Order: sequence, then structure tokens, then C-alpha cells
Amino acid sequence: MTALKRVLPYPLLFLALLAMWLLLMQSLSPGQILLGTIVAFGGCWLMVALDPPPTGLRRPVAAMRLAGRVFVDVFRSNVAVGSIILGSDERRTHAGFMSLRLDLTNRYGLAILAIVMTCTPGTQWVHYDPASRVLMLHVLDLVDEKQWARIIKQRYESLLMEIFE
Amino acid sequence: MSPMILGWSITAAQVLLAFAMAFAALRFIRGPRAQDRIIGLDTFYVNAMLMLLTLGIRSGTTLYFEAALIIGLLGFVGTVALAKFLMRGEVIE
Amino acid sequence: MSEAPDLPLWAALLVSFFIVVGALVTLIGSIGLWRLPDFYARLHAPSLGATLGTGSILIGSMICFSVLQSRPLVHEVLIALFVTITTPVTLMLLARASVYRDRIEGNPGPPEQDPEPTEL
Repeated sequence: MTALKRVLPYPLLFLALLAMWLLLMQSLSPGQILLGTIVAFGGCWLMVALDPPPTGLRRPVAAMRLAGRVFVDVFRSNVAVGSIILGSDERRTHAGFMSLRLDLTNRYGLAILAIVMTCTPGTQWVHYDPASRVLMLHVLDLVDEKQWARIIKQRYESLLMEIFE
Repeated sequence: MSPMILGWSITAAQVLLAFAMAFAALRFIRGPRAQDRIIGLDTFYVNAMLMLLTLGIRSGTTLYFEAALIIGLLGFVGTVALAKFLMRGEVIE
Repeated sequence: MSEAPDLPLWAALLVSFFIVVGALVTLIGSIGLWRLPDFYARLHAPSLGATLGTGSILIGSMICFSVLQSRPLVHEVLIALFVTITTPVTLMLLARASVYRDRIEGNPGPPEQDPEPTEL
């Protein structure tokens, strides 16, 4: 294990870079696999030089569940925002800012939460203060703050905490 | 039969995307503030990338794919630089 | 109509469906960019085109090329990955830059202080 760690410090990153190279080249010939391996090794050693704080994907099942939820929510919020855009003028005036105290502190978890919330139309991550752990966000359809807080905390944050903490 | 269906639907998609680009361009022209213009430009980039993909489907070559990838990445870099400029007044600190 | 690849009927219908739906969603997002009243509301509009619009057109493209070359061609996944990772970054940066500017200039858009956290 340690020997493997020394040669290949980031096995997942290595596989991802190799896959990206082969997808870009659109071939599976031995030459391209060799080139891709070299590129992926270079990328891994660059990461060693950058020395990011350690992370681990401990719960692949929870990660898959999160991906499924995000997939469903992207559909739902697309429909919701689309109907707001095409609807009457009155429906477009409920937008507003709100704040939320997060229990999640892991940096990778916060990054994923930020991407998820911005990717689903209707919620927009604006600012997170790590000292007070308060997140400010902008919501397009802000009728009930409590409901949005519940969605974010129960649908995403609990799963992210399960994955990263 | 099927080339005709596909041809017509690609044309329809391209017309829709052209309108989408027009709306983004309108926002870019009208502003009113710098950040409105930047978001218009960013949307314009994404729409142009999708337009290239539909062109690629029509021609049946994967060449357009690379162009779309480059447009997507350049749009990202450009928008980040502009947003950074709005925040600080300079791009490189 | 001008030339288009010769796919089997089922594939042509599927590809047509996906690209028209994707283009429509993208158009709705761009209309939102035009119709929504202020900058912070407009921030929500581009992500329509960047998520469902892009995804749908890319799925159409994937089906088309996989059938044409009769082997799975999934390099469009790369564009989808890049777009889903980069669009949130640009939107977040723009939101923060705009809040910062509005607060300095004293514009009414964003609140002076962060609103009180909503507790459950």
C-alpha cells in the first residue's frame, strides 16, 4: 500500500486524467495509452507539488445518491425557473437574499455544495463566511425561507457530511 | 425520410439557439451595468458553443467538437478574468 | 432541407428530440436573461442553458455519433463536465463581485449586512 502510494500518490486523479486523455484523443491504441499514462503521471506529481489538504471518498454509495438527487433536482428546478421566466410579471418579483448557518465545514464538501447549488437554477451561492459558518445565497423564488433552508440542509448537506466527515 | 427529419429539427434547434444568442447579445448591449454585460457575454459564449455542436451533428464530423470545447474553455477564462476585474479593478495582482 | 447524416429512423427521432429540447431550454434561459428584473435575478437564467440545455444537446450528439460510427463515442462527456464545473465558478465570482460593488456604491440591490441566518 505504501509503495503504491509513493509511486502513485493520487490513484483517482491518475485514472481521471488518463480517461480524459483517451476521450480527447478518441482512441484506445497502445501509443495513446502510453502517452496518456505519462500525462497522468505528470498531473499527479504536479498535485504533489501543490499539496492539497487530504480527502477521501469514503462513501461511494452516498456519493452516488447525491449525484442522483442532483440530477433529479436539476430537472425540477429547470422546470420551475422556466415557468417563472415565462410566467406573469408578479412571479418574477419574489427574488431575494437569505442566510443559512451550515454545519458542514469540510472544504471539499463546501465546494461541492457551491457547485450543486449554483448548477440548479433558482439558488445562487453568493458568499460564505468560514468564521461564523454563515452562507448567504440568492433565491429566485423566495416565498418561504424555511423551506429552502430545509431543502439545502436535508437534501444536500446531510449527505455531504456523511461523505466527507 | 430520416435525414429530412433530422435536417429539419437541426434547423429548428439552430433557429432557437440563434434567438437565444440574440437575447444574450441584447443584454450585452443594454447593460445597464458592467456585470449585466458580462453575464450576457458568458451566456452568448455557451449558446455559441451549443450552436457549434448542432453544426457538428449536421455535418457528421467530430471536428466541431474540438472547436466547441475551446470556445467553452475560453469563455470560462474570459468571464473569470472580467469578474476579477470588476472585483479589484485589475486582473493580475 | 440541406444535408444531414443518414441515421436509422429511431435514432433520428431521438436525436431530434434531444437537440430541440436542449435548444428550447437554452432559449428560455436567454429569454430569462432579458426578462428578469435585476442583476441578481438574472444570475439564475444562464444556468438553465448550462445544465439541461447543454446536457440535452450533448446527449443528442452522443447518440448521433455513436450510431454513425457504430461504436460508443462519449467524448461529449468532457464538454458536459467542463461546463458544469466552470459555469458555477463564473456565476459565483460575478455574484460576489456584484455584491461587493453594490455595497461600495451604496446601491439598494444587496442588503447592507448579511440577513439573519434562517434557523430550522
